[in-house]
Amino acid sequence: MDFLATLVNHSPALIIAVPLLGAFLTPLIGKINGKVRNVFVILVVACTSFLIALLAYNVFTNGALSADAVTNNIQTYVFGAKDIGTPAVRIAFEVDAMNAFMALIAAILPLAAVVYSWAFMKDETGQDKYYTLILLMTAGMLGMMLTGDMFNFFVFLEITSIATAALIAFRIDQKYSVQAAFKYIVISSIGALFVLFAVALFYGQYNALNMAVIGDSIKYTMLDKIALVLLIASLALKTGIAPMHMWLPEAYGRAPSSVTVVIIGTTLGSLYAMFRMIFTVYGKHIWDLGKTMALQLPQLLGILLVALAILTIILGVFMALKQSDLKKMIGFAAVAEIGYMLLAVGSAIATISLNESGVTVMTSAGQMALKGGIFHVLNDALDVGLLFLVAGAVYFAAKETSLNKLGGLARNMKYTTVFFLIGLFAVSGLPPLNGFASKLMIYESTYAINPILSIAAILCSILLLATFVKVFHSVFLGPKIPKFSNVKEVPKSMLIGMAIIAVIIIFIGLFPNLIVENIVKPASEALMNYGLYLGGI
Amino acid sequence: MIYNIPYFAVAALILIGLYAVVFKRNLIKIVIGITLIESGVNLFLITLGFRENSVAPIHTAGTTEKTLMSLPVPQALTLTSIVIGVAVLALMLSLVIHIYRHYGTLDVRKIKEVDE
Repeated sequence: MDFLATLVNHSPALIIAVPLLGAFLTPLIGKINGKVRNVFVILVVACTSFLIALLAYNVFTNGALSADAVTNNIQTYVFGAKDIGTPAVRIAFEVDAMNAFMALIAAILPLAAVVYSWAFMKDETGQDKYYTLILLMTAGMLGMMLTGDMFNFFVFLEITSIATAALIAFRIDQKYSVQAAFKYIVISSIGALFVLFAVALFYGQYNALNMAVIGDSIKYTMLDKIALVLLIASLALKTGIAPMHMWLPEAYGRAPSSVTVVIIGTTLGSLYAMFRMIFTVYGKHIWDLGKTMALQLPQLLGILLVALAILTIILGVFMALKQSDLKKMIGFAAVAEIGYMLLAVGSAIATISLNESGVTVMTSAGQMALKGGIFHVLNDALDVGLLFLVAGAVYFAAKETSLNKLGGLARNMKYTTVFFLIGLFAVSGLPPLNGFASKLMIYESTYAINPILSIAAILCSILLLATFVKVFHSVFLGPKIPKFSNVKEVPKSMLIGMAIIAVIIIFIGLFPNLIVENIVKPASEALMNYGLYLGGI
Repeated sequence: MIYNIPYFAVAALILIGLYAVVFKRNLIKIVIGITLIESGVNLFLITLGFRENSVAPIHTAGTTEKTLMSLPVPQALTLTSIVIGVAVLALMLSLVIHIYRHYGTLDVRKIKEVDE
């Protein structure tokens, strides 16, 4: 068997193992030299990203690299355990198109973050710990996105929260970062504990921890309803959906910018888990309306999610309008962006209904909305990530994030200004950037479902643009301020970090069809055809 | 009825924990609330795995008689969850120490006053 096929076969395990081992080697290598350590960390992350790319390619092409590892676009990895039937005790990683799609996002963000950190963190102490935690966070995030086991998901969720909380408090001498970190760890450990409670409810009934096995045998009893509520509530808490959003702008705003980019990935990992629970674990009861007609679960769930989403968008945008701190403002914009994804997916769930011949289907508008929502997950990660990196660059150069004090930076920081403009246009959905492509899909499809939804979404998007134009004006334009006359352009590594994301943003903006057809469509189909995932184990 | 007592304990622990997290002003009490929720969830897991008159699932050579064994998975889950809980607890307490250093108080209301 050739080397590449073996590598692809074992890639789900390696994707977790490489950053995990790298994390604990980092302090040792840091003893040699700071530069060697930075190169090592970048190599580890690049290696992980390469493995993710291999795995994703293999999954999307249904086995172009290693045909025997993949069936129906699902690659399952069981860590060498034998199938002993029931009880299903194996821990399995099950990677379908949706997992691969999320992992691709997780491949881009940490890479940009560690490249950016080289110069951004240069003068800080405790860099060994910083890089260790970043790699741990990456490993946890990828674990959340790839695992097919409920308890395993909980473990990775906790690994990610611990590493994230420690990193938010990285600037421990600033009281606000410690406070934000405490808020984050309280919120996320409560969220994770309720996920564990839901897992225990499943285990008590079905004697299984595997998502596919649970999804296959789920009966929708009273306990399952409780578990569904617990799962959605706790994962919404971890995703920062209003009214449980207050930790998110704090955490995003107080963490070092390079960390924030990775936190965005972990937040989206929780969002992915919510979709996986709804569409796959409860798939039978979402899609089998014919048998359980009285339940009307999709409508109920869809309307609830849409209501939360609209609340999230409006709250996020209006809070962003009144912020005077650059990073906190982008944090609220990130809250609003998560609302868009939830709006699209929620309205897609609400359209599931019986057609004339008695088969449950999602209407074509719903399918479009689902695609738009999934596409927006990728775009949001890139756009908000880029904006945070720019905010970090502004802080690095001017040592200031207050919008009232900053001004006239475009004179000295022309590349950063361009990157901010790209992020601004992308996040507020202006053509020809990627935010436009996915937001247009969301507007179009939600208009077909209910015009009010799309009107609210467009209005908030315009307000978001207004907010960012105001920020652009107050940070980069305006008269020269004597205090900032000596501000220099940020070092190369930070520019490269921002450029990695900016180039991908422009590429997706120019060729949205390429991405939608090849990556987003399989991912949305993976969510809709839950039977394939259940049969994959 | 007697077998349901652990479930009542689980509900009580989780609700008391949630009450502490939501309504208590002292950061240490919030941390205690979280550990209470965690204990409740752990107790729930371990109760699910309990079978009356069962033995530990260890196969010894030569035994042929059938005995009732309890599945070790819930115990393993609980153990993992306890270890994670300790890590979270340590991290939370260290953050509380740092908050105390910055603000000189652990009262949430007073911390808010200092911020304004």
